[in-house]
Amino acid sequence: MCLALPCKVVAIDGETATIDVSGMKKDISLALLDDVAVGDYVIVHVGYALTKLDPDEAEKTLALFAEMGEQAMAEAAREIH
Amino acid sequence: MKYIDEFRDGDLARGLSAAIRQAAVPARSYHFMEFCGGHTHAISRYGVADLLPDNVRMIHGPGCPVCVLPVGRVDMAIRLALDCGVTLCTYGDTLRVPASDSLSLMKAKARGGDIRMVYSSADALKVAQANPEKQVVFFAIGFETTTPPTAVAIKQAQALGLKNFSVLCCHVLTPSAISTILESPEVRQWGTVPLDGFIGPAHVSTIIGSQPYEFFAEEYRKPVVIAGFEPLDVMQAILMLVKQVNEGRAVVENEFSRAVTREGNVKAQNLVAEVFELRRQFEWRGLNVVPYSGLKIRKEFAEFDAEQRFPVAYVSVADNRACECGAILRGVKKPQDCKLFGTVCTPENPVGSCMVSSEGACAAHYTYGRYKDFQ
Amino acid sequence: MSEVKRGYVRPLDIRHGRIDLSHGSGGRAMAQLIEELFAAAFDNEFLRQGNDGATLPVPAGGRLVMAADAHVVSPLFFPGGDIGCLSVHGTINDVAVMGAKPLWLSASFILEEGFPLADLKRIVESMASAAKDAGVPIVTGDTKVVEQGKGDGVFITTTGVGVVPDGRELSGDRARPGDAILVSGTLGDHGMAIMAERESLGFSAPIESDTAALHGLIEALLASGADVRVLRDPTRGGLATTLNEIARQSKVGMMLQEKSLPVNPEVAAACEFLGLDPLYVANEGKLVVIVAPEDAEQALAALRAHPLGARAAAVGTVHEDPHHFVQMTTAFGGKRIVDWLTGEQLPRIC
Repeated sequence: MCLALPCKVVAIDGETATIDVSGMKKDISLALLDDVAVGDYVIVHVGYALTKLDPDEAEKTLALFAEMGEQAMAEAAREIH
Repeated sequence: MKYIDEFRDGDLARGLSAAIRQAAVPARSYHFMEFCGGHTHAISRYGVADLLPDNVRMIHGPGCPVCVLPVGRVDMAIRLALDCGVTLCTYGDTLRVPASDSLSLMKAKARGGDIRMVYSSADALKVAQANPEKQVVFFAIGFETTTPPTAVAIKQAQALGLKNFSVLCCHVLTPSAISTILESPEVRQWGTVPLDGFIGPAHVSTIIGSQPYEFFAEEYRKPVVIAGFEPLDVMQAILMLVKQVNEGRAVVENEFSRAVTREGNVKAQNLVAEVFELRRQFEWRGLNVVPYSGLKIRKEFAEFDAEQRFPVAYVSVADNRACECGAILRGVKKPQDCKLFGTVCTPENPVGSCMVSSEGACAAHYTYGRYKDFQ
Repeated sequence: MSEVKRGYVRPLDIRHGRIDLSHGSGGRAMAQLIEELFAAAFDNEFLRQGNDGATLPVPAGGRLVMAADAHVVSPLFFPGGDIGCLSVHGTINDVAVMGAKPLWLSASFILEEGFPLADLKRIVESMASAAKDAGVPIVTGDTKVVEQGKGDGVFITTTGVGVVPDGRELSGDRARPGDAILVSGTLGDHGMAIMAERESLGFSAPIESDTAALHGLIEALLASGADVRVLRDPTRGGLATTLNEIARQSKVGMMLQEKSLPVNPEVAAACEFLGLDPLYVANEGKLVVIVAPEDAEQALAALRAHPLGARAAAVGTVHEDPHHFVQMTTAFGGKRIVDWLTGEQLPRIC
């Protein structure tokens, strides 16, 4: 795979950003990405930000997981009754 | 960890597990290949297979850059360090990969090779800057995710006018490997590939986008769902694939919409296109020679190409004859079907590509799942 | 004061001085180094005997336990400790997990030519203070110097001697089906503290090594009366490797609950970043306890009552398994093996 992690950008200095994951900080390169702002989440691989993470899409995906599960559980409950 | 822990939630997993059970038609079976080692890792490490019904089977694909790196390429890196006296910078992943003559980079280091582990291509560049009297070679491996950082390093080396930095380029391409699995001549030898769909790469797709997979969906009538590397992402992708199969659809869907767009990262793509070009062919461990599946450094950047700078040529090394990796990578056989599995071939002494890294199909089964063989 | 000083010798220049080959030659320079640095810091009645070996009283009753531990670590100084206190704690722990009361330590130093005396002093003082806090004196030692390039600053080998009371049997082969598996605190802190300090990885993380002497915690645990079968300190290879060793020795299987494993969030984040698993990362101040099922609560309470065991947790159970697998129910709801470590834990990118 390609090990990459969503990281919060806490500082930017030119093409270098400082990211923070649960208190662990590291400087990474923004050479592959434009328009990154402090507070954004970026996906980091081998010290480079590959892409920005879209928080709205993340919320939608999580909501979909929950919805699929709830439907299935409700269906399972109906089958039992 | 935000955007990580939420995607590993056990309660949501139970719900999705129930949803997959309900969606999967009991009368039929579903065979899906997760192309990426990242998905293989998530499935094994979190025990995702235990949450799937028996008629949904996951086949572990060749998407682990360490596994598919041919022995001959590691041999080149070792010769650079031992014979050419360069300082070889490498990601930690390649250090233990077995090479010819019972060597590995780790063992070559023990024989006096100046071999250093780096976390990033940028770190290799720093080593070159700090040691102007040494020739520094970066052993560049990986798929489309890892290629853009190498391109950046080469461009920076050019901008800095570095005369002692070069790259042994072993970058490979995902779509050509998928094509090979679907249409290589070996498939006839083993029979039909029982694949009903693919889970598409997560981080590779952040760069290349979802568009390159549309060809597979259309040409081979195979559904593709691009999914993140967290276990809930994998479960959701399986659910989406089951539904596509049930409905007779074969399209590209994107579960990893929080990070992947149809177009991908155009800036990164342009950088890669500027620095690299296609090789006519590249050998993959376990898949043999795959046409137009690897990258080399363009002529304009030839001075940063270790293959141009140093007298090391690629020599192909044949896999062990009893090794079943080719069939396992195509989903025709399981790791346990191979005579070498767990006897001659173990994670400590890998014979075939699937055992080389923990993301390979055989190593994943050995390391995380072999208890099932004894139940 | 000392014999050497009375002979008109300039005191060691700790601030600017460096180790050279004369410090290992057996001559006056070596005697001075030992006097002014080692003996001054470690001072105790046995060292004061001034002989090649220490003459020690034979303990009344019980059996002797002896353990040796060689220490190489890069970097030598890290958040939460240094090679000095580590070399004291590590050996005390090896003796203590046998159920023994640690009594004495020896310390041997291999110094590299060019090593700054100021760094050596820091290390020696850290050892002295660790030994004093633990109540285990360093009673004898040795120093050698190797040429530049043939060492990594300093290597320290310590040996510990302790005494275990008759009737106390702790051994890796005593785990039985049904037993509970406890850990005394968070996993992976030492290994990640070291890794975060390595320059090439460029991390900064508020992670401190957990290095600590565990004999006090162990005494408190054993004093609780719980029927403890096995004690181990999960150092190199982490909890996973330690449990696999015990499973093999005791010919049993184990089942861990991932949800119960205590891991600090910074350690978890650094592990994610580097592709490592906290189960395989080294600890230097943690204890694995295998205890009879009926005494698990009592043992846990005893651990938690001690400052070094505040985050102790029950993490799994022992069962019958002819294959001696250590397995885990994942927080996600699946199952997997927690295998032996393959090779070395290396940061990876894929």
